[in-house]
Amino acid sequence: MHTPYLIWIILIPLLGALLNAGFYIYHIKFKKLPEKLFAIIGTVTPFIAFLFTLNLFFKLNDGSENFEQFLFQWLDVDNLSIEMKLLGDKLAIFMAMFVTFVGWLIHIYAVGYMKGDDGFGKFFAYFNLFLASMLILVLADNPVILFIGWEGVGVCSYLLISFHYTDGDNVMAGNKAFIVNRVGDLGFILGVITLFFALDKTGISFGDMQANISIASNDLLILSGFLLFVGAMGKSAQVPLYVWLPDAMAGPTPISALIHAATMVTAGIYMVARFHFLYSSVEEIGLFIAYIGAISAVFAAIIATRQQDIKKILAYSTMSQLGYMFIGVGLGFYSSGLFHVFTHAFFKAMLFMGAGGVILALHHEQNIFKMAQHRKRLPIISATFLIGVIAISGIPPFSGFFSKDAILAAAFQQGEYLIWGVGMFTAFLTAFYMFRLYFVVFVAPNGHEKEYSYTDKTITFPLMILAVGAIFAGFLNFPAIFGGSAFVDTWLAELNSVKLHMSHATEYALMFASIAVAVAGIYVAYKKYANYDVYKPESEEGLIANKFYVDEVYDKLFVQSIKRLSRYFDETVDTKYIDGTLMLACKGFISFGKKLAIIQNANVRYYAFYMLAGISATSMYIYITLIGQ
Amino acid sequence: MTSLTGYAAVSMILFSLGAIGVVSRRNVFIIYMSIELMLNGINLFLVTFARYHFNMDGQILSIMVIAIAAAEAAIFLSVIILLFKTKKSLDTNVFTELKQETE
Repeated sequence: MHTPYLIWIILIPLLGALLNAGFYIYHIKFKKLPEKLFAIIGTVTPFIAFLFTLNLFFKLNDGSENFEQFLFQWLDVDNLSIEMKLLGDKLAIFMAMFVTFVGWLIHIYAVGYMKGDDGFGKFFAYFNLFLASMLILVLADNPVILFIGWEGVGVCSYLLISFHYTDGDNVMAGNKAFIVNRVGDLGFILGVITLFFALDKTGISFGDMQANISIASNDLLILSGFLLFVGAMGKSAQVPLYVWLPDAMAGPTPISALIHAATMVTAGIYMVARFHFLYSSVEEIGLFIAYIGAISAVFAAIIATRQQDIKKILAYSTMSQLGYMFIGVGLGFYSSGLFHVFTHAFFKAMLFMGAGGVILALHHEQNIFKMAQHRKRLPIISATFLIGVIAISGIPPFSGFFSKDAILAAAFQQGEYLIWGVGMFTAFLTAFYMFRLYFVVFVAPNGHEKEYSYTDKTITFPLMILAVGAIFAGFLNFPAIFGGSAFVDTWLAELNSVKLHMSHATEYALMFASIAVAVAGIYVAYKKYANYDVYKPESEEGLIANKFYVDEVYDKLFVQSIKRLSRYFDETVDTKYIDGTLMLACKGFISFGKKLAIIQNANVRYYAFYMLAGISATSMYIYITLIGQ
Repeated sequence: MTSLTGYAAVSMILFSLGAIGVVSRRNVFIIYMSIELMLNGINLFLVTFARYHFNMDGQILSIMVIAIAAAEAAIFLSVIILLFKTKKSLDTNVFTELKQETE
């Protein structure tokens, strides 16, 4: 069904970005403008986009057909016809709903967080652009448009991570994110091209591809599925392309929240779900995705247990949760994976915003062992943070429990006991490290009595809304076993997810097991950290605290070798061979020119002679050719 | 036909003498005279063929050439005077300001 509204979901945040950018240029060039102006533009535009999405959501809910909007023909060459067209099916609207909603809350939060920053206007311009890019990605009707958004979020993450660009570390982190993502993007492009040719050039929109998937050969499907997943690895920070995510913490906290909750990292999951027809038809690649997800989940969780930077712990926990989502979508349980994306958006945004509130209150202190000595009087942040920690640990009835448990049950049902076991172990670790964070920051004794009057409403208001979401979002997909309607599963029925069908006894047993490991994790964390003497921080030695030396290995393997190669090209190939050849030619021309210059001797008689000789030669030529005929 | 060949030969000799004069002589006056010689060689050609074809176009053109040569004479002589004023010489080898300097 055609609708004129889809484009406005994208255009309004984009308009916000343009307005903010324009006003910001005016602000720095001519006259100072109040922060309020930027804040209003920055926060109202995502909200309008959210209202548009909500409207479409209700229409879809009333049984309307999938929305689409044809804008213009972009390319039409041979069989390749790329239309600028937006698609608002249930999956896209589902994603767009929480992207705009959580995004909007993060925008509000950013108003309080960025207060007094020189680049306030610029920040909101980037922020709105980020949201607009993500919405292009979500509402795309074909992979090429999806790729525009895909690159857009890449650029915006780069701009935002290195937002305080005067600090060299931030710039390095931005570069790292951009370059690692480039590796993934190459995979994505190659994947789309492979798929297009594998389908015999029958069409590039998602609908056409889905309709023709049967004509492609299995090998090519595996190849294109793998290449597309390489793109997802980069964007969604999975092993081995995850290294940018922890470093991305260099940016201001609202950016971390936006990247981790609403945009960017969820793009990979969304893309896999978009290509569900491809991944459903080749099981090998789905299993591969699930294993990569499991490895990432446990790997990140292990690293997170020994990190000391509050934001890095959260970053690794995001990577770990993304691993869960990939287990879900890899095994064909698309709706479960996306449901985890959905609940995760709430509690992870809340955790980041809470962490940001603490960091701001403690004058940009990020080490959890140093925080403890200063925390007091952060009641709202403390309470919401606790809700987030419980939600992510998987304690019912908080939202994280339902979504995570569905994925673990899925792995168990498919007979992937290894993945299930890894998932259970990760659930234990998750509960452990999240409560370690909570206990050390908010519970452990030895806090100074220094007070902080921190009552900025823009910081606490989004936190409270998200807390409600983190508690109750799980009920949106209340499993049938408890008499729920499993709304998300029904809503995303067109993805043809694999269904859970196991006896109630098994289901209860699995739930009990996952609650048990979570409680065990909390207990271990309580024993160790509830009364932790924060004046003696943990050592930063050891394999885990050093993140398994992956950065160092990558540095040696890729960065240094590429540097050596470039140096070779610079010093040997360029200077000696290329410059040498060119200089040889140059010197030849110069000496030839000098010889030629002798005839320009300013002697008018010689010039007359040259003219005569030239005219004679031309005449002779004409004469000969005329005679020749 | 012999008469035509004769006229043509004379005009060619005149033109060639003028051309050789322009190339080989160094005195500006002589060069000027040589140029006039070339023009007259061409004039003779034009008149000859005009007569041969009974067509007056060539004669008109030759009158034009003579008129322009007269105008040119006025300019050329004044240029020669200016040249002489600057260098006190009429030798063309002296006027080499536009030479490409080679190391």
